[in-house]
Amino acid sequence: YRRGQPLGELDGIPIAVKDNFNTAGIETTCASNMLKGYISPYNATVVQKLLDGGAVLLGKTNLDEFAMGSGSTDGVFGPVRNPWSYSRQYKEKIVPRSDSEPENSNWVITGGSSGGSAAAVSAFTCFAALGSDTGGSTRNPAAHCGVVGLKPTYGLISRHGLIPLVNSMDVPGILTRCVDDAAVVLGSLAGHDPKDSTTVQDIFQPFALPSLTDVSKLSIGIPKEYHAPGLSSEILAVWSKAADLFKNAGAKVVEVSLPHTHYSIVCYHVLCTAEVASNMARFDGLEYGHRSDMNKSTESMYAATRREGFSDVVRGRILSGNYFLLKQNYEDYFVKAQKVRRLIANDFVKVFGSGVDILLTPTTLSDAVPYVEFIKEDNRTRSTQDDILTQAANMAGLPAVNVPTALSGRGLPIGLQFIGRSFQEKQLLTVAKWFEKQVQFPMIHYLSYICEAAFFHPQRACKVSGSLKN
Amino acid sequence: MAARGCGGVWCRVLQRGPGGSCSASRPRRAVACNARGGAVPLGQSGLAPWAAVVGLEIHAQITSNSKLFSGSQVQFAAPPNSLVSFFDASLPGTLPVLNRRCVEATVMTGLALNCTINKKSLFDRKHYFYADLPAGYQITQQRVPIAVNGSLSYSLCKDNKMSQMVTKTVRIKQIQLEQDSGKSLHDDARSQTLIDLNRAGVGLMEVVMEPDMCCGEEAAAAVRELQLILQTLGSSQAIMADYEIQRQIKELENGGTVLNETRAFDSKLGCTVPMRDKEGKQDYRFMPEPNLPPLILYDAKSLPANVNHQQVVNIDWIHERLPDLPSVKRAKLVELYGILPEHSFTLVNEDGLMDFFEDVVKQTQMKPKKVIGWILSDLLSHLKQHSLTAKESPISSFLLADLLNLLENGDISSSAAKQVFEELWKGEGKTPLEIVKEKQLELIQDQEELEQICQAVIDEREKEVMAIKGGNEKVINKLIGLVRKATRGRANPLLVKQILEKKLSE
Repeated sequence: YRRGQPLGELDGIPIAVKDNFNTAGIETTCASNMLKGYISPYNATVVQKLLDGGAVLLGKTNLDEFAMGSGSTDGVFGPVRNPWSYSRQYKEKIVPRSDSEPENSNWVITGGSSGGSAAAVSAFTCFAALGSDTGGSTRNPAAHCGVVGLKPTYGLISRHGLIPLVNSMDVPGILTRCVDDAAVVLGSLAGHDPKDSTTVQDIFQPFALPSLTDVSKLSIGIPKEYHAPGLSSEILAVWSKAADLFKNAGAKVVEVSLPHTHYSIVCYHVLCTAEVASNMARFDGLEYGHRSDMNKSTESMYAATRREGFSDVVRGRILSGNYFLLKQNYEDYFVKAQKVRRLIANDFVKVFGSGVDILLTPTTLSDAVPYVEFIKEDNRTRSTQDDILTQAANMAGLPAVNVPTALSGRGLPIGLQFIGRSFQEKQLLTVAKWFEKQVQFPMIHYLSYICEAAFFHPQRACKVSGSLKN
Repeated sequence: MAARGCGGVWCRVLQRGPGGSCSASRPRRAVACNARGGAVPLGQSGLAPWAAVVGLEIHAQITSNSKLFSGSQVQFAAPPNSLVSFFDASLPGTLPVLNRRCVEATVMTGLALNCTINKKSLFDRKHYFYADLPAGYQITQQRVPIAVNGSLSYSLCKDNKMSQMVTKTVRIKQIQLEQDSGKSLHDDARSQTLIDLNRAGVGLMEVVMEPDMCCGEEAAAAVRELQLILQTLGSSQAIMADYEIQRQIKELENGGTVLNETRAFDSKLGCTVPMRDKEGKQDYRFMPEPNLPPLILYDAKSLPANVNHQQVVNIDWIHERLPDLPSVKRAKLVELYGILPEHSFTLVNEDGLMDFFEDVVKQTQMKPKKVIGWILSDLLSHLKQHSLTAKESPISSFLLADLLNLLENGDISSSAAKQVFEELWKGEGKTPLEIVKEKQLELIQDQEELEQICQAVIDEREKEVMAIKGGNEKVINKLIGLVRKATRGRANPLLVKQILEKKLSE
């Protein structure tokens, strides 16, 4: 301000950060009793980069506890409501079931676990938000909330300061309203961090996205296994239409196979719970966080602290994970899962090696379900169902992005996912941007008194990237 | 515990019950020492040597400025919890970053122990809950450690006779890098435990020796040699008093009848106690450490062309710069100075003594073979008595050399020299010559004076003279003794003998 020069492209841009990123001097809870009141003494690298660039932190967003979940319904602060629940598009389509039904009982979930971040962006409270993505936790809520959700390549963005769920799969995720913005945020976050030994050493060059006009040189792969059981006919139709869109524009669209896709759920379950059991071992109430009043012995204090601090979801995963890591089980579960993971990753290598540039898949099995429906099944079941289309990218460490595509019959967002080659975010986002322009996803319309304030056209909302259009 | 100072070494000697292999269950860190091996107690408790073999696991703190995976300082005796980074305290979201110096120190040690250095090694998490392990797991190397298949040669005296030294070899199974834990201070009075995390995360080298040793003596000698090697390399200060090693091993020997279980030595109770954790029931749930990529080391051949040298560790480069190991030093001493092998052991064993010896040799005309006697008996015994190292000696090498020169030149007798030595030890700043003059210890050079004294003694001691003349030649020593007494040690005994003999034969 004093020098009259912006700190960077994000100078002055309001952002929100998922509450599993450490923010210095600001409570960081992971939506868990274990860390309620925990004031972190340091900034996560990505947070620091945003702040150094002049971004304005508006707040920490809600999530599933410790990022475990696909609905953002299982955190101690309660569930996150999808802003589209209050949109005119959704409300118009609701068939009232009975007069006795309370007004707001049909609000829908955001998806998860970065639901708070997705909602924040979707509701115009900020221009960009940080999420995390371990099995789809950024892309899933992005799809349900009608925003762009980018999962970068593993190793591109530092995880230092991101409280881990699965160290070998976690990445910081970026949620924005348009693809150009995602590229801008990526530009300020990506790059080697000495504090994170899993980030690659290569120098990262931020890029601006070209406006693609000719897609004839592009080869789009449609993995047949992503026509998963439970995929709604609506989404299937949107997906087909998208494939046709590319075909009609001259791109080569081919069906491909990722044969090990259906193993990814169990594989993910084993590896995820094993890492969770390990990562949660530090929460013992001694150094920080919740500590139980039970003090008969150290062991009893640990047990009580962890019982009080962790939800059933977390504890369930810890128990499973410890089981898989027992000496007698290790080979059969953990090592086996690692081998299957390698097979899953190889599926992608083969497909990308055969000339396919980008894969096009649905992001979710359906549009957002009402909260009252969602909670009928437990967290584990839901995660198993909902992660199926997004998990494999985490297994393989590949970049993937959700692009809001169309509205469902219920007036709720449907998104499609693009998966790219390792470290080829530029290509991935270039294609995503082209697609975004083609589909012209509608802006969320609130009831009239809000709408007047919302004079932003979706593309004009992308002031950050300077692409002012009418 | 005395053994755990900065750069401390502590041993865990694991005992193996028949059929079971002893994995490292949680020891009482400050005091644990267990013996590993398939021991068969021979009847009497503790008195017979173990029939079978002993293996050792030795943990040596790496000498480095910062910890193994974080930037906090490594320092001895700092205020509690003053050297703890966010990572050491296991704050959520922190990640390990490998310390290059720790890797180099371990590679050096591996090379010195003739190990194969694994060009690719891996890190793992070993899980257990304990108050001084903040993360609930220790980062170690369980699957593929940094160095394997080495050997350590050591010598020990047979039957405690220095002149009968045997050389033995113990195989080194592996050396692995791992984190140290913090320290627990149990305050039983207030039913609480205080935790100091200064040590949490300090780098350790764990040296695992195969069960090739037959008894406590061998184990102690092997550990001592390893200590010397580590100190020579500078990779660890390896501070552990000799007596501490002996004591721990002896304690195990005294617990002879219970060799079939693992016991820990509890220094407070002063005896062995069964291990707190049920041996064999502790499952550490090992898992690869996902935040650390495999550790890749290079040699001259495999080093990639355009790589930042700050980022890589070159095994060959380290190999070229290894200092002389103790065994080499000893051999050189024997060759250069013609001293006995057992002398070289003592010289190298005792901190600073070798340098002291060499300094003295440089500054004196006396032959090294004679100098060594002064160093090993006079100087060393005094040092030991006062618990000093050679560097702390009140008699500098210069002064000792000076003294030895006087002796060598025949200016004083050896008994006089010993007196001067005692005076010098007081450290009052006087030179040997000054002391000699002050106490009038110069050898009487005047032949006539000597003859007079000898004559006086002969005149006094008729009985003895008669005895000598009668054939009992040994009695002359008594006369010599008397002359020496009369001259207060200022007579050259050989000369005196000559004179007496001459006079007596007249």
